[in-house]
Amino acid sequence: MSLSLVLLITMAVLFACGVYLMLEKSMTRVLLGFLLVGNATNLLILSMAGVPGGAPIADGADGATTDPLPQALALTAIVITFGVSAFLLALIYRSWKLGRPDEVEVDEADVAVRTEGVPEEELDGDTRAGDSEFADETGGADAVPDEHEVGDDASDPDPGPAPDPRSASTEEATR
Amino acid sequence: MTSLVPLVVLAPLLGAAITLTLAGRPRIQRLIAVAVLAGVAVLGGVLLVLVDLHGTLVMQVGGWAAPFGIALVVDRLSALLVAVSAIVLLAVLLFSVGQGLADGHDETPVSIYYPSYLILAAGVFTAFIAGDLFNLYVGFEIVLVASYVLITLGGSESRIRVGQTYIVVSLVSSMLFLTSIAMLYGATGTVNLAHLALRIAELPEGTQIVLHVMLLLGFGVKSAVFPLSFWLPDSYPTAPAPVTAVFAGLLTKIGVYAIIRTETLLFPGPELNAVLLVVASLTMLVGILGAIAQTDLKRMLSFTLVSHIGYLIFGVGLGSAVGTAATIYYIVHHIVVQTTLFLATGLVERIGGTTSLRRLGGLLQASPLVAVLFFIPALNLGGIPPFSGFLGKLGLFQAGAENGTPLAWVGIGVGALVSLLTLYALIRAWSLAFWRPRPEPIAAGAPETGSLSLTTVDAQTSVVEVVRPGGGAGAAGASPSGVVRAAGPGSPSSTGPESPASAEAADRAVPTRDDARRAVGAHPSTRGKRRGAAPTLLVGATAGMVLVSVALTIGAGPLYELAERAGQSLESSSYISAVFPDGVPGIGDGTATEGGSHG
Repeated sequence: MSLSLVLLITMAVLFACGVYLMLEKSMTRVLLGFLLVGNATNLLILSMAGVPGGAPIADGADGATTDPLPQALALTAIVITFGVSAFLLALIYRSWKLGRPDEVEVDEADVAVRTEGVPEEELDGDTRAGDSEFADETGGADAVPDEHEVGDDASDPDPGPAPDPRSASTEEATR
Repeated sequence: MTSLVPLVVLAPLLGAAITLTLAGRPRIQRLIAVAVLAGVAVLGGVLLVLVDLHGTLVMQVGGWAAPFGIALVVDRLSALLVAVSAIVLLAVLLFSVGQGLADGHDETPVSIYYPSYLILAAGVFTAFIAGDLFNLYVGFEIVLVASYVLITLGGSESRIRVGQTYIVVSLVSSMLFLTSIAMLYGATGTVNLAHLALRIAELPEGTQIVLHVMLLLGFGVKSAVFPLSFWLPDSYPTAPAPVTAVFAGLLTKIGVYAIIRTETLLFPGPELNAVLLVVASLTMLVGILGAIAQTDLKRMLSFTLVSHIGYLIFGVGLGSAVGTAATIYYIVHHIVVQTTLFLATGLVERIGGTTSLRRLGGLLQASPLVAVLFFIPALNLGGIPPFSGFLGKLGLFQAGAENGTPLAWVGIGVGALVSLLTLYALIRAWSLAFWRPRPEPIAAGAPETGSLSLTTVDAQTSVVEVVRPGGGAGAAGASPSGVVRAAGPGSPSSTGPESPASAEAADRAVPTRDDARRAVGAHPSTRGKRRGAAPTLLVGATAGMVLVSVALTIGAGPLYELAERAGQSLESSSYISAVFPDGVPGIGDGTATEGGSHG
C-alpha cells in the first residue's frame, strides 16, 4: 500500500498534540485536543483509500480511480465532529456562566465516600477548593444574600470565621 | 417485509422532527412520543415473529447490493433487542411524562426533552439493525449526542460537571472506534459486516489481533467493562431519574451488542476469549465491591450495573453457541430489571426526598407499594430462584461448565459470589430505606440537596419558609440566615451532616431549630402530602416494568429457546448468507484490498 508520507507525518503530529491536549484539565483545551484527534482520524481514513489522485467514481484520464468510500466516511466523521464540538462549546460556555472554572472536577460523591469517617481536620483543603471559588462568584453576582451575611456576622456575639463561603452556597442551593 | 426494517429508525426520527416543531405544545408532543414508541414496540414484536419464522431480514438501502450499498440486517438478536428496548423506552417515557419532567418545570427545558429522547431511541435502533460497521458507528454517535443533551438537561451545576466527564470519555471511545474502522478498511477494503467477516478471515493472525483489540477497546468503554468503567458511576446518577433509567438499561447494552457481533461474526476465533473471561471476572468483582461501599442508592445501582456487565462479557467470552444464548437471555433480563430498579429509585426519591441511604427510612409505612416495586427487581437482580435473574445466571454457569476450562470455572465461582454480594448490597439498601424507622432530626429538617427533583426543592423551600418566622421570634442571636443554615440542606460538597460549618450553624440556632421542628410538626401537610402521593402514572409505569420482568420469568421457556436459536444462528454463517443471497461477490473495492493483503 502506498501512503503519502506527508499525510502520515501530519497525522502522527496531530494525534500526538491532540492526545496531549485531551489530557489537560481545562475543558477548552480538551475541546481543542478533540478537534485535533478528529482531524487526525479523518486523515487516517483518507490515507486508507489507497493510491491518491484519481477521480473518485468516474474513470480518470489514465483509467486510475480512487476509492470513493473513505471520502464519504471522512465527510460523515467531519459532520459528527462539527456537531459535537458545537455542543461542547455550548457546554463550556454554560460552565463558565455558572461561575466555575472550565475544568474537569473531582467527583463530589467519590470524595464523600473516600473521606467517610475521617475526622474533619485530617482532610486536606484540596477536596474543597472548587467549592469556595464557586461561592465567591455567586456572592459577587448576587448582592442581597451578601448583605444578610454581613449583618449576621456583625450582630453575632461569637462570630465564626467571617464570610463563610459555605453559607452562601447553601442559600444558593435553597433557592 | 423488508420494508418494515427501516421503519424502526424512521418513525422515531420523524417523531423527533414533529415534536421539535411543536415545541410549545407539550400535550401533543407527549402524545406523539408515546404513539411513536408504542408503534415501534409493536413493530419490533412483528419483526421478531417474522425473523424467527422466516429467517434473517435484509434491507439493501437504495437497492444497491450488499458490498456497495448499506445493508440493514435484522436477525433474531437484533429483533429481540429492538422489541425489548422499545418496550423499555416506552415505559420510561410514560414515567417521565408522569414525573412532569417536561411540563413547565424550571429545571428542564421542555422543548428539548421529547425530541432528544426520540433521537436517542432512533440511535439505539440504528445500532441494533446496522449491517455495516460505519452505520453502527453512526448509530453510536446518534445515541451519544442525544445522551449528551439528556445528561446535561437543565444545565444545573452538578449536571454540567458530570456531563463533562461523560462527554469526554464518550468522545475518546468514539475516536477509538472510528480509528479502528479506518484500520479495518485499510486492511480489508470493506465496512459491510458480512463482507468484513469473510475478508478478516484471510488476514494474517497478528493483524487480526490488533484490529480485534482496537474494536474491543472502543466497545469496552461504551459498555463499561472493568478497567474502562470508571466513568459510569460518576456520570449516571446525577441525571433525572427517567434518563438514568434509560441510560442504565440501554446504553451499555449497545456496547455489549457490538461486542457480541465482534466476537461471533467478525472475529469468531478463540484468540481473545481468555482475556475476555479474565476481564469479565474483574468487572463483576470490582463493580460489586464498589456498590457495597456506596451510601447513595443511585450510585449503588450504577455500580451493580457495571458488575452485571461482567456476566454478559463472561457469556460472550465462552465463545460457544450456548454461552452466546445465555448472554442474550441475560441481556434481555438485565435491560428490564436494571431499568425497573432505577425507576423504582425515582419513586423513592420522590417520596423520601433523597436517595441517600443515611437519610431515607420508614418508606415501607409511607408507601408499601413502592417497597414492593423495589423489592421484586432487587431480588431478581440478586438472582433469587424463581426469577429471571436466577435463570440467566444458571444458563451462564451451565455454559461455563460445558466450556470447562479453569478460567471458566473461576468465572463461575466469581459469578456466584457476586450474585450473593449483589443480593447483600440490594437488601441492605432496601432494609435501610424501607424497613428501618425514619431517622428523625436530620431527615425532618434537611433533605439532601444532591437530588434535584422538583419535590425536594419544593419541600426545602416550604420548610425554610415555615422556619423563618420562628427564627425571628426565637433567640436574638439567630438571624434569618442562621436559620437557613440550620434548616437548609448542606452544600453539595458537605454530604455528611458533620461538616464544621453546618454543625456550628446548628449550635448557634439551637432554639430556632426546636422551633423549626415544632413548626414542621405543626404543618405535617408540607411533607406529609408529598410523601404519600406518588402519581398514578409513575407508579403505573414502574409497576408495568415489574410485570414485564416477572413475565420474563413466566415466559422464560420460550424466550430461552428463542435466545438459543439466536445464539446458534450467530455462531453459524447464516448472517453472511442472508446478506449475500446470490453468493459472495468476487470483486471488491480492488485497490484497497490488494493494498491490504500486501501491507
